[in-house]
Amino acid sequence: MSKTQVATCINGDTHEFLCDTHQTLLDVLRHELDLTGSKEGCATGDCGACSVMLDDRLVCACLVLGVEVDGKEIETIEGMSSGSGLHAIQQKFIDLAALQCGICTPGVLVATKALLTKNKNPSEEEVRFWLAGNLCRCTGYDKIVRAVLEVAADMRNA
Amino acid sequence: MEYVTPKSASEASQALSQEGAFALAGGTDLLVKLKTRFVSPSVVVDIKHIPNIMTIKQSAEGWWIGAATPCAEIVEHDSLSKNWPGVVEALSLIGSTQIQGRATLGGNLCNASPAADSIPALIAAGATCVISGQTKEREEPVEKIVTAPGMTTLGKGEFIIGFKLPIPKNRSGDAYLRLIPRSEMDIAVVGAGVSLSLSEDGKIEAIRVALGAIAPTQVLLSGLEDIFIGKEPNDDAIQKLVSLAEKACKPINDKRGTIEYRTKIAGVLAKRAFGIALKRANNY
Repeated sequence: MSKTQVATCINGDTHEFLCDTHQTLLDVLRHELDLTGSKEGCATGDCGACSVMLDDRLVCACLVLGVEVDGKEIETIEGMSSGSGLHAIQQKFIDLAALQCGICTPGVLVATKALLTKNKNPSEEEVRFWLAGNLCRCTGYDKIVRAVLEVAADMRNA
Repeated sequence: MEYVTPKSASEASQALSQEGAFALAGGTDLLVKLKTRFVSPSVVVDIKHIPNIMTIKQSAEGWWIGAATPCAEIVEHDSLSKNWPGVVEALSLIGSTQIQGRATLGGNLCNASPAADSIPALIAAGATCVISGQTKEREEPVEKIVTAPGMTTLGKGEFIIGFKLPIPKNRSGDAYLRLIPRSEMDIAVVGAGVSLSLSEDGKIEAIRVALGAIAPTQVLLSGLEDIFIGKEPNDDAIQKLVSLAEKACKPINDKRGTIEYRTKIAGVLAKRAFGIALKRANNY
C-alpha cells in the first residue's frame, strides 16, 4: 500500500512525512516525528490527553487522520515553552502542584492555553466546562482548576 | 485503505459510490469506528475540500450551514445564534471542547444515533438538508433522513453537503433541552427541541416539537395544530403537549434511564423547552 506525502507546519517548523491512511495525527506525532509530549490515553476522543491545536482549533489528535493535516498548522505541547523558559501556564501548574502522574497534563495545558486565548477571564464554571474533555485519572481536578484561574488572573495583570 | 480529497461534490459522489467507501468530515465518529474495527473502509473520502461545505452564509432565502462546518465555528457565529438559539445550543452540547473543534452537523445526522443532540433541534426548526448524489442534488427535511439507529435514507454515492434554515419571522423562538446523568460529556437520556412563532396579538401561528432518545429515531410530534394554532398558550394546552410527548415515547431501557423515566422526562423537557421558546419569541 502506498503512503501519502504530507507537508505540515508544527510549532512553527515545516515537517514532511510519509503517512499510511490509517495512522492518526497522534500516531504521526509520536511515532514518526518523535513528538511524544501528546499522550495516548483512550485513542477514541474521550480523554483529551492528545489535545493539540489544528489551525487554531483545539482537537484530539487521535481523532484526526495524519493524511488530513497536509497544509495545516499544528501546535503541540512541545511548542508551548519558549527556548529555556516555561510558559506561564506551565509554571503555574508546577507552582500549585496541579499535576500528579502527569499523563493528562500536556493535554490540559494545551486546552488551557486555548481557553485563555479565547476568554481571558473565565469563571470557574467556564473552566470546568471547557476542560470537561480532559480527564485526569488521578482525579486532581481541583488543583488544575485553581491553577487555571490563578494563571488567568496573572496573565490579565501582566 | 485509500484516502481521497475530492474538490467537487460530483467527484465526491463518484468516490463514495465505490464499494466500501466512507465519507470523512470531522471524523469524531468515523475514527472511533476505525479504531474499534467496527468499519473497514476501502476508501476514505474526505469531503472537506468541496466548496461551501465548511461555510456559514446568510442570504435573503435564509441560512446555509455547510455540512462539514465544525460545531465550534457555528457556536461562534453571533447572528446565526441570535436567529436560531435552540439549534446552536443543541449542537454546542455535542461532546467536549475538543470534539466541538471537529464534529459536524452532517456527521451528527448521518451517524443516525437516536440520542444525537442536533437532530431534534434541526427538525423542530424546520431545517432541510441538501444531498449531493451522482446524478442529481436533492433537498429533504431533516426528519426524512434517519430511519433507524445507524441507518439513513441516503443512497449509494449520496452525502449531505449543507443545511438550510429559514430566517425566523418576528416573534419567533426556538429552544433545545436535554437530560444527561452528568453535567457534561454524556449522551442524551431525552432531548426536546421546540420552535414556534407568534402573531402580533400573542397567538401561536406555528409550532414544531421534536424529541430525541425516546424512540429508534427522532420523533416530530403530530397533533399540535389543534392544540395551539390560533390560540394563546395556556396551562391546558401545555398539559396536552406533555401528554403528546409522553405518548410519542417508545424508548429503550438502559443504564441511563428506564422506559418509565424517559417517558416522564420527555413530557417535562417538552414543556420546559416550550416555555423557553415562548419567552424567546416574545422578546424576538
